[in-house]
Amino acid sequence: MPPPPLTVVKGHKVKTSAGGDRTFRWLTFFCSLLVPLVMLAIGLDLFLSSWPAVKQFGWRFFFSQEWNPVLQEFGAGSSIFGTLVSTLIAMVIAVPLSLAIALFLVELAPPRVSRTVGTLIELLAAVPSIIFGMWGLFVFAPFMAHYVQPLLGKTLGFLPLFQGPPMGIGMLTAGIILAFMVLPFISAITRDVFQLVPPVVKESAFGMGATTWEVTYKVTIPYGLVGIIGAVFMGLGRALGETMAVTFVIGNAHRLSASLFSPGNTIASTLANEFSEATEPLYVSSLVALGLVLYLITYLVQVVSQMMLRRMYRAWSVGL
Amino acid sequence: MKLRPPTGRRLTNLAVSIWAGGSALLGILILFWILYVVLARGLGALNLAFFTQMPTPPGISGGGLANAIVGTLGLTAVATLIAVPMGLMAGVYLAEFSDDSKAGDFSRFSANVLMGMPSIIVGIFAYTLVVVPLGHFSGYAGALALAILMLPVITRTTEDMLRLVPNTLRESALALGAPRWKVTLVIVFRAAKSGLITGILLAVARVSGETAPLLFTALNSPYWFSSLGEPIPNLTVTIYNYAMSPYPDWQQKAWGASLLITSGVLIMTILARFFLRERKA
Repeated sequence: MPPPPLTVVKGHKVKTSAGGDRTFRWLTFFCSLLVPLVMLAIGLDLFLSSWPAVKQFGWRFFFSQEWNPVLQEFGAGSSIFGTLVSTLIAMVIAVPLSLAIALFLVELAPPRVSRTVGTLIELLAAVPSIIFGMWGLFVFAPFMAHYVQPLLGKTLGFLPLFQGPPMGIGMLTAGIILAFMVLPFISAITRDVFQLVPPVVKESAFGMGATTWEVTYKVTIPYGLVGIIGAVFMGLGRALGETMAVTFVIGNAHRLSASLFSPGNTIASTLANEFSEATEPLYVSSLVALGLVLYLITYLVQVVSQMMLRRMYRAWSVGL
Repeated sequence: MKLRPPTGRRLTNLAVSIWAGGSALLGILILFWILYVVLARGLGALNLAFFTQMPTPPGISGGGLANAIVGTLGLTAVATLIAVPMGLMAGVYLAEFSDDSKAGDFSRFSANVLMGMPSIIVGIFAYTLVVVPLGHFSGYAGALALAILMLPVITRTTEDMLRLVPNTLRESALALGAPRWKVTLVIVFRAAKSGLITGILLAVARVSGETAPLLFTALNSPYWFSSLGEPIPNLTVTIYNYAMSPYPDWQQKAWGASLLITSGVLIMTILARFFLRERKA
């Protein structure tokens, strides 16, 4: 849709501005079109480039666990499985933590503490992925291997999830690091959501004698639920596609395992590991197909997140 | 009506308060743990040679990452030069002209989605678009990937910041007979200056720590580079390669590079917040 025309007063020649303004408006319009264009172009490009692999392997590609560059047999099964498992671990840890942090920042901490803590948590979001990877591989993975995993093995070792040698690297470590990475994103939006709840609503509950927790649990959270879901989905999208930190600590093995201690891989880590070494067209195409899967999943998650957040802001801008 | 004694409720509340405080503490603890490790291990690697000399072959100690430092600066600069004008213009359209049109809505929505798109996907895009046709890895592909990652960040912050400029300012400038483009570029931009700088800083901070989109676009190289048409040495991919190597000297260099990247990114982020606060005040 073209930008709306300029309104020029009738019978009055505007000498300089009209032409310049029209050019300027069109220029800015094209630049703003660039963003959706790039987004759609990425999808189209991934679809076209992954076509040879999809044609070769069919639906089998998305479920097969086979990944053998020598035999030119490729399947996305283990990568998709790893992506889902590591993200699930991350969300199970990050969501309660982020909600608690938001609660602390909005309801419990005095303003100055809240500001400082909020800033520090936001700085955590700025730490580059590869730095999380360095820390994860050289510091956190040994920490997991020496302390956390033996403890888990001793106490919960009857579950197949926590069996196997404590190597440090693997699904569990990757999931925990992912949790630390998405936590600042979820807590920042949740904090905004909590702050947007009208004070009157909260105060009336406080006036009934409710405790801070009861107000949060029975008033704030239900009131801001849409926004919180939006925040969680945004974190989910980040966790699904996080690459470098996961590549450092997940162990990069193409296999499924019930144990969270064992190495695995994710779509993103497979891409990071193998893309620059892939030479055969079918190999490259299979990797791009993995990318397409990731694109589609994150796109869907982002759309849900945006819809939820938008619904919240729209509903609240009407006011209460 | 019989009132329940408040003890249980108070205890629950206390437990939740402790959990909330503990969670915040954990978040801060992780941040300082990472910063401490990067500082403690990276500081030893930084010396004059690190900044001025070329990498040594594997196993031979000494040397530095001068080429990678220049490469990272170069890639980021080229990406910034591409993304900033386009992002600013796109933001101008959304804030000044879109009038809640469908096109504007879709563009805003796409920017939000693109911001959450995994950076490695953008790397694949640049790979198929530039590396495959050219037949070799190149700085062009790397800079393109970084520019795509910067674009939505600049677009969205520009829009938000321009919307904060009061309409009276535009109206008074228009009333003096200034054309719309001049009002936007001279008056509104000046009023929103610190906000626009914030957006650009955040975008630069975001991409200068990126590794995934460079892995198979700019790749990496142990040499100097003379043009963007060849693989460009850069710090982040060097960190990845060196960290995975068995040589202690290389691993130490990786920590040095990590310190450099982390401090650069954090300083830019803090600066951005500073500008933002100035704007709000």
